[in-house]
Amino acid sequence: MSELDDLYQTLILEHNRSPRNFRDLAHPTGRAEGRNPLCGDAFAVSVRVADGAITDIGFSGQGCAISKASASMMTTAVRGKTLAEARELFNRFHGVVTGKPVGDDAERASVRRVLGCLSAFSGVAAFPIRVKCATLAWHALLAALANAQARDQNSEASSGGVAAGPRNHDEGDDAVR
Amino acid sequence: MSLQTEPAWDVESVRRDFPMLERQIRGRAIAYLDNAATALKPAPVLQAMAEYYETYSANVARGVHLASQEATSRFEAVREQVARWIGAADPAEVVFTSGTTSALNLVAQSFGGSRLGSGDEIVISEMEHHSNIVPWHLVAERIGATIRRLPITEAGTIDPAQARLVIGPRTRIIAICHVSNVLGTIVPVREIARIAREHGAVTVVDGAQAVPHLDVDVTELGADFYAFSGHKLFGPTGIGVLYGRRDLLEAMPPWQGGGGMIASVEIERSTYAPPPARFEAGTPPIAEAIGLGAAVAYVSQWDRRAARAHEDRLVNLATARLEAIPGVRCHGPRSDRTGLVTFTVDGIHPHDVGTALDAIGVAVRAGHHCAQPLMARLGVTATVRASFAPYNTEADVDALIAGVERARVLFGVR
Repeated sequence: MSELDDLYQTLILEHNRSPRNFRDLAHPTGRAEGRNPLCGDAFAVSVRVADGAITDIGFSGQGCAISKASASMMTTAVRGKTLAEARELFNRFHGVVTGKPVGDDAERASVRRVLGCLSAFSGVAAFPIRVKCATLAWHALLAALANAQARDQNSEASSGGVAAGPRNHDEGDDAVR
Repeated sequence: MSLQTEPAWDVESVRRDFPMLERQIRGRAIAYLDNAATALKPAPVLQAMAEYYETYSANVARGVHLASQEATSRFEAVREQVARWIGAADPAEVVFTSGTTSALNLVAQSFGGSRLGSGDEIVISEMEHHSNIVPWHLVAERIGATIRRLPITEAGTIDPAQARLVIGPRTRIIAICHVSNVLGTIVPVREIARIAREHGAVTVVDGAQAVPHLDVDVTELGADFYAFSGHKLFGPTGIGVLYGRRDLLEAMPPWQGGGGMIASVEIERSTYAPPPARFEAGTPPIAEAIGLGAAVAYVSQWDRRAARAHEDRLVNLATARLEAIPGVRCHGPRSDRTGLVTFTVDGIHPHDVGTALDAIGVAVRAGHHCAQPLMARLGVTATVRASFAPYNTEADVDALIAGVERARVLFGVR
């Protein structure tokens, strides 16, 4: 049963019950949706980006506890970060949830420092099928940031309204019979 | 509640036939309740496939050497065996495919593709698996046919009276399942096929969830096409059967082209073999067909009535114990069903329930079960499904309940 407790740590259950930043932004710079065709988890992530940093972020949608808690913790972790820092955070997070071996104690400590409370998702590694749940919102975030950059490059003087981001199919579909 | 004496079922003896049941999951005995996804395999099936590879491993279709002749005759013997088993009039009505999905695609593309015209209607039930929905979309888009929905009742079955309202003069095809992979409902195929016939329409039946539990007689059912998979029937993956009425198959153009399905070939053109060969291009899944034959032989030596009574007892027990848990809802009918129970837990996403069960060695399926239209009809995005086989036990039900209760504690929904 300890594997289950490792997966559903208190912090995760708490963020699932009371997700942070659980709203769509009114005037996002970028927005994208992520959907897991396997189980119907679907989230939209919207961001405001200014001077290369995430100044505001929100998410909406529905899904399992792992996906919702991950989305919630992601929004608190990346707020204020630069785009490069957000991407680096995702790489570290992906490594942790996929159980990528970390070199030595010093490196392990460094990863924990960088990830902060996101380390709570280390238990996902024991349940590989749930990796897609944990990373769903993150993929949507990356797509939203890409949209923000593209929009920035395309037009300085765009009038209101934002195109919804492309559907982000996470690491392939594997519907089975 | 039936007062008939249940025929005896020696579950421990059956369990000894299935090597996978020795497996430990996360340090616990496995409680395999995902049989609707795929069934476990008994030793005789595995031995039959190994025997092919070890002693008569050769290609089929009348090679000139002995091993090839053995392979061919064993392969064709399975065709005859399956034809008898499902009540087909003629072995030529049994086409081997790679599974139910490819069988349904074969019908949609070859039969549908040649017989449908713009404005023709294809009626599809609301509770179909995607494999009996999407192939029809693909052909309808190409040809300009119209898809019409056949709704299910509140109780989760198909009412023939409802079918009468939906099936009309333009209907050419009715696509229905024999048993629902989500609700377990046994659909009144016989009545619906009769209504279809009255309108000159053809019934295409997805029998994947039926053959593991019911005795199926396609002639008696009046199905024009009937598809099922070996792997849900305790056989190997990679083999399925399309039963097609002889006259329908004979009128159908080829599906895939290549060796084995031709009569003669010049560079510019070819002529085609009669069915079933016409629809079996290339080297077939020979070992898998041998395995399917062994699976059919294996279940045939069971008292299937007793096997079904055992499964029903477990499904009913699981349903009752699940419904006794506050916030747990079971979906689908409580009678005229077989093999499974689908449920949701208030406040806990099915994926999380599934993981809580996985943590104690219980295998279930959580998600939309390749039946998104049905999920929408039920008003949910996903459910949990526990599906049973004759080797499951009351201990498996105990584990299922314990897992759900553990999830409720963990998520604080007491």
